[in-house]
Amino acid sequence: MKPAIHYSTVEGRSLAYWGLLGFLSFVLLLGLGATWVMEHNGHHVTGMNNHVIWGMPHVFAVFMIIAASGILNVASIGSVFGRKMYKPLGRLSALLAFAFLAGGLMVLMLDLGRPDRLVIAATYLNPKSVFAWNILLYPGFFLAVLVYVWFMMERRMNKYSHQAGLFAFIWRLLLTTGTGSIFGFIVARQGYDAAIMAPMFIIMSFGFGLAIYILTLMAAYRWTGRELGDSVLRTLKNLLGVFVAAIFYFVFVFHLTSLYGTENHGIERFILMEGGIYTQMFWIGWVIIGMLLPMAIVYHPSMGKSRNWIGIASAMVIVGGLASMYVIIIGGQAYPMPIFPGYEASSSFLDGQVAQYAPSIWEIGLGLGGVALALVMTTFAIKVLPFLPNSLEDALVDPHHKPAPVEAEATAG
Amino acid sequence: MNKQPKVITGRREFIGKSAAATGGAIAIASGVTLFQVGQASARPADESVSNKVRWGMLVDSNKCADGCNDCVTACETENAWGSGSSDEQQSGASQKAQWIRTVTLKNNLTGSEHQLPMMCQHCEEPPCVDVCPTGASFKRADGIVLVDKHICIGCRYCMMACPYKARSFIHEELTNQNPDVPRGKGTVESCTMCVHKIDRGDGNTACAEACSKAGHNAIIFGDLNDPESNLSKELKQQASTQIRADLNLNTGVRYRGI
Repeated sequence: MKPAIHYSTVEGRSLAYWGLLGFLSFVLLLGLGATWVMEHNGHHVTGMNNHVIWGMPHVFAVFMIIAASGILNVASIGSVFGRKMYKPLGRLSALLAFAFLAGGLMVLMLDLGRPDRLVIAATYLNPKSVFAWNILLYPGFFLAVLVYVWFMMERRMNKYSHQAGLFAFIWRLLLTTGTGSIFGFIVARQGYDAAIMAPMFIIMSFGFGLAIYILTLMAAYRWTGRELGDSVLRTLKNLLGVFVAAIFYFVFVFHLTSLYGTENHGIERFILMEGGIYTQMFWIGWVIIGMLLPMAIVYHPSMGKSRNWIGIASAMVIVGGLASMYVIIIGGQAYPMPIFPGYEASSSFLDGQVAQYAPSIWEIGLGLGGVALALVMTTFAIKVLPFLPNSLEDALVDPHHKPAPVEAEATAG
Repeated sequence: MNKQPKVITGRREFIGKSAAATGGAIAIASGVTLFQVGQASARPADESVSNKVRWGMLVDSNKCADGCNDCVTACETENAWGSGSSDEQQSGASQKAQWIRTVTLKNNLTGSEHQLPMMCQHCEEPPCVDVCPTGASFKRADGIVLVDKHICIGCRYCMMACPYKARSFIHEELTNQNPDVPRGKGTVESCTMCVHKIDRGDGNTACAEACSKAGHNAIIFGDLNDPESNLSKELKQQASTQIRADLNLNTGVRYRGI
């Protein structure tokens, strides 16, 4: 019988804690300031235009929203799929999921042309709009995660946490299906119009979410001096490798399918070969940094054991994730729509031409502000409620743990 | 088919109760008081828009004269955008609104060139209306696709979904507007098929008028539901096509010569 897991709040009185919270709040304030500039002046101060309609804010927002649902997987694996090692990881998973959805939504909403009319979006729903479905899915996710966290934290409700977790898991699948379908249902644009978008977004959420979770867990445990077992980290990084491999498969199938039809040769040539920044983002950002290198690192016999390298691999998955959003969202708009197949079109409205887009500092500021909000919420929440187990040492957490014979292996990092 | 007029009635009530005298649906595009002035219309002001008519256009690109831009200029003047307005000075070239544009098409195989005006195609099944979360993008009973500037939140999803690139987003504050044609910072807009002129009983759009005036007669406006209208007769006489007919949107704007 292993000793029970105990959770506690972080002390949060050190200069480092307040420094972190202060820095994150400052970034959040800068983000809100950037929003004010955008909304006060209008979107002309941004790089967005009538051709690249959704820019950097959507890159951040969609990344964070899909990552949020992926972060919750860690909790689901514990309480829905019954993997004991994941159970102590559940509370932080739910907290981060909640915080990242909040951050993503902040960015999405503050990029609206009329954010002051948000109440209309909440009260006047067009049932046929995928956006409107999402407007219902977001609060549902918040609620499902809140109940789930409560059931995990409250001893008397523990017995229902499986059901709450199952509900949250199904809801998160629906949520990411909704996010993927925002693009998948757009028949007008060749870069989006594909049923594979929703499942691809789901598998991407698994990878991006887990990468964010691993980094946060490592940082939280290192900075609070709590013990994080090798075995826990090894399990998580192996899972990350599997998820990234799955993303690779989906991206491969997506482009292979698209490449087969002659009608899509133009956009595929654009994304894969001649698209400049989009081609670089695809190959260097997404494929190499976001997928191949992290996979090589986590499965490498020695690097895969190093905490620093696991951290770097996770960061690479996040960078690749942002690059993937840039390629999909902005690359998909930059390439001209097939309005007149068989003709070379030209006009004052950039028909037939690749649209230009350079993100403004305000858009990037808003995006970073959303990330900061998620991290401020997390940093604050672990101080007021017991989200983190006192220790995640292998002897406590790993059901298959066998005490090492006398001299334990030194841990890198 | 029954669904759409119902939706519109609801929206009309939402916005236009105080402006009942204008016949509601007009109020969606605002400019309420001016519509009251222009009551000498084909349709009495207290009568709602009916799906008995479906407004549409035929564009004959064979008649569209190379280099002519009269339809665009007329639209700018009528609806107070582009050269017809002193607004949008801060917006970059790719940020300025364009409700209608002339597109030059060069055949990939033969190299032959022609041009045509491109604008909102006023689809029977408009993707912009499907995706709009708040119902701000809507189709009137008479087939005109509009944006309700009062409830548009500026999410721009309609611009992503429109297969014709017909919509523009307003990137800055506007001050010099035509009261008939409300526009606004942070909202999306597109060709209204001169809804204010139609409701006033002018019986034609600015682009079609300008094209006739220039002697080209490349744009014919009319009622697609009326077999006796010039438009219907023309469409019946010779083959025409829809742009992106593969999407099966049943556009209100038809083309010849593509």
